[in-house]
Amino acid sequence: MALELRNVTYRVGAGLHIGETNLVFEDGSFNILLGPTLAGKTTLMQLMAGLIEPTTGEIFFRGKSVRGVPVQKRNVAMVYQQFINYPNFTVFENIASPLRVAGMPADQIRERVTSTAALLRLTPMLDRRPAELSGGQQQRTAIARALVKDSDLILLDEPLANLDYKLREELRDELPRFFEGGRRIVVYATTEPTEALLFGGNTATLHEGRITQFGPTAETYRQPSDLITAEVFSDPPINTATVTKRGGEIVIGNTIRLPAGRNAVDVPDGNYTLGIRPHHISPALDGGTPVEGRVIVAELSGSESVVHFDLGGRTWVSQSRGIHPFEVGSMARLYVDMDQSFFFDRDGRFVAGGGYG
Amino acid sequence: MNKVVNHKAWLFVLPVVLLVAFNAIIPLMTVVNFSVQETFGDNVFFWAGLRWFEDVLNSERFHASLFRQILFTFLVLVIEVPLGLVIALAMPRKGFWVSVCLVLMALPLLIPWNVVGAMWNIMALPDIGLLGRGINALGIDFNYTRQPISAWFTVVLMDVWHWTSLVVLLCYAGLVSIPDAYYQAAKIDGARPWAVFRYIQLPKLKYVLTIAILLRFMDSFMIYTEVVVLTGGGPGNSTTFLSIDLVKAALGQFDLGPAAAMSLIYFLIILLFSWLFYTLMMRNDAR
Amino acid sequence: MARIMLEGIRHSYTATPRSETDWALKRLDLDFSDGGAYALLGPSGCGKTTLLNLISGLLRPTEGRILFDGRDVTGASPEARNIAQVFQFPVIYDTMTVYANLAFPLRNRGIAPADIDARVREIAAMLELEDMLDRRASGLTADGKQKISLGRGLVRADVNVIMFDEPLTVIDPHLKWVLRSKLKELHQRIRRTMIYVTHDQTEALTFADEVVVMNEGEVVQVGTPVELFERPHHTFVGHFIGSPGMNVLPCEMDGGVARFAGQPIQAVNAADVRPSGKRLELGVRPEFVSISAEGVPADIVRVLDAGRYRIVETRAGDSTIKLLAPEDEALPEGRTHLRFDPAHTCVYQDGWMVT
Repeated sequence: MALELRNVTYRVGAGLHIGETNLVFEDGSFNILLGPTLAGKTTLMQLMAGLIEPTTGEIFFRGKSVRGVPVQKRNVAMVYQQFINYPNFTVFENIASPLRVAGMPADQIRERVTSTAALLRLTPMLDRRPAELSGGQQQRTAIARALVKDSDLILLDEPLANLDYKLREELRDELPRFFEGGRRIVVYATTEPTEALLFGGNTATLHEGRITQFGPTAETYRQPSDLITAEVFSDPPINTATVTKRGGEIVIGNTIRLPAGRNAVDVPDGNYTLGIRPHHISPALDGGTPVEGRVIVAELSGSESVVHFDLGGRTWVSQSRGIHPFEVGSMARLYVDMDQSFFFDRDGRFVAGGGYG
Repeated sequence: MNKVVNHKAWLFVLPVVLLVAFNAIIPLMTVVNFSVQETFGDNVFFWAGLRWFEDVLNSERFHASLFRQILFTFLVLVIEVPLGLVIALAMPRKGFWVSVCLVLMALPLLIPWNVVGAMWNIMALPDIGLLGRGINALGIDFNYTRQPISAWFTVVLMDVWHWTSLVVLLCYAGLVSIPDAYYQAAKIDGARPWAVFRYIQLPKLKYVLTIAILLRFMDSFMIYTEVVVLTGGGPGNSTTFLSIDLVKAALGQFDLGPAAAMSLIYFLIILLFSWLFYTLMMRNDAR
Repeated sequence: MARIMLEGIRHSYTATPRSETDWALKRLDLDFSDGGAYALLGPSGCGKTTLLNLISGLLRPTEGRILFDGRDVTGASPEARNIAQVFQFPVIYDTMTVYANLAFPLRNRGIAPADIDARVREIAAMLELEDMLDRRASGLTADGKQKISLGRGLVRADVNVIMFDEPLTVIDPHLKWVLRSKLKELHQRIRRTMIYVTHDQTEALTFADEVVVMNEGEVVQVGTPVELFERPHHTFVGHFIGSPGMNVLPCEMDGGVARFAGQPIQAVNAADVRPSGKRLELGVRPEFVSISAEGVPADIVRVLDAGRYRIVETRAGDSTIKLLAPEDEALPEGRTHLRFDPAHTCVYQDGWMVT
């Protein structure tokens, strides 16, 4: 139990920025904070780093309370969205700076810097200044500087958000490799569910200052404990509708009847919120339940087709592999995999659903 | 933000605090001390209460110099701020001439103030000065040592020459920070130059203009050196502004009591106006 | 609405360009047909914003001509070309209300107030801004402000082309998706020529009917999203489009058959390959690689779960090959074999697809 937040809240004036939070991060774990902008990810990271003090609650590191310990004394490193580097230093000097502050002997510094730079593929750029580097290289320098300290806790606040799409992909691929091994705890904030999924590790979904769920990423994704978690952890947004379950049937707004899926067998009759991920609705699906709706928008992106269609007055979205052209305004026939649907009760709590766990 | 407080930081501030205390607070307290006491010399003091304040506030002399000061500040603001803005708008924002213009604009600000006064003193002389002689050659009878109007003209002109550059530089910095995209969008929208000024530049300059006006107000209200060197407060007392009057009273007549009272009133007037401006500025921000 | 043609365009930001690197845009010819949705896609610095500014008239090309419906507009100002542009960050007139913002371009053209009112309300309804017409524009959120920027462009009925310069940059990620679909819907409704600049392939591919892929000042390929996906002409296009990008593997030709890691690989264009000293590569997208009983031997190194599919990373010799597997498919461990779909495997010579 390396980093623990116990009953932590954070208020500014009358506003509650972070609601009652209990969180435990283990040594060597990769933890993701997932949520929309202003959900509180940055604030939470600042609390963990010691840049701000919680209004109530305690933070423990390796069992000891860190209240009042200034951030300079904590062994913490942080990487930001904007590529923050010392503009007058070379890449070598940038990476070496925390070690120089710590008073490490020069030959040890050299050794550490060169090995970290090699890990981040910065070796040919060690003599250059940040202004001469591309965005991706600047961010690598910032990451290298954070890594070289060998800190107990590394916080990354949406570090890839300012990079070009492709660069982002490349760096995202390599990132887990940088943090392999060692006791350090990595906390990574992002707004993209796909990014969270690709990293694996553990994910905490945040919504308006509260953590709705925390657990292994795949589990949080496939078994959301409530509707908000399902919505946060969804891109494109999950399709939802208020439905009534009657026996083996789901009724949407009195007009649309769908057979209840395999996972709804034990669900008692009543009103629920139904959730279906867009990729479980497809123009071509064996064994799926057919639905029809008027096409509002059709987007073909080479490898995928996304169709927005009207079902019972609500707009639903289908995402499928392959090219499936649709005429806007025409009636489309799509198939829903009801076995993958989620049921949430009136309070948004998870009742049943999801397929693979 | 609930920042972590590091009390050791106070140690860094301590020397400055001591300095400010010595140079500003203690002298200020001395002035307050003088303002409520009366003396006939020999370091003997009698308590006078608010008498000096009443005297000053009721005196014709104070009213007159206050009026002159307000008129001067008003003229100066009304000329310098629009003029500075216009010049800043005319200055190039990219290319070689930018540095040239900036240096030219900065020059008047670099000259010591008494030199400025001396410069204009000589230049406005009706017989040998470039300006003075020139105006007289046009047929206008111009003599700033004798005519109050001409003295005012020269004093205002000198201040405009000296300080418009500050407004220019501030407005220029504000203009330069407007991203190109705004001008591009206005071009695409078919906006004419006046519309561009009114809807893009002026709104974005609000902050900068407020600072410029505030600075010019405070400085012009306290003006001393240049005017003293130029006209000495004359002819008569036609250009005797508040600070000049104050010095005459304090050093000339050695009436410490009234002088101290006048200083404090002076100080409070400036404080009041500055506070007004500050509140206006902050209210704009909050909106 | 107009048909836009770019002939022999070259552009340099330096006064006297000497070498190739001085040219921000190398020679290109492009044709944008009336009413189409186009995207200019490429990494930072590829020249797409330069190209956009040339079309809009904010820049004058060093060489070449620009024609709107056959009319030479190379020297014309943006106003004269009758274009609209939405920038990376919202550009609005802070002191005006939303209504006044939208009406501004029409007022400048001297249109009658009654007509202005009708038009503004029509556009506001289309963009879902009708409830905010009387609010001060500066009080809206970022996406609201971008909608105003867009609205100012749409409000002129005779606008020739609407250009977007990475318009979703400042939009919240969870709103990006909404706004993107809205733009697509808008285009499908009003059918005006739209040109959209971005480095994000998802944005480009979902919005555009045709995409111009650029790199280092050159146009690499122009095509529909499907064409770019299925038949990338250059390995750069294969790599840049698709997440993950195309697998590019070194190969050799042996008597008209491509070979990789000692295995014969069927490729669509193998027969067209003529021997030369140039570098030979095989390109096949992860979507078209599958696990099978026989084929290229490979070791599974890593499996990433992306929710609706999984990315399986394998190693064959010195090369990394990625493939996509469905959510629920059981995967073997360790050594396995890979099959490349022959219809989607191509040979590339020096980066270019052999034809």
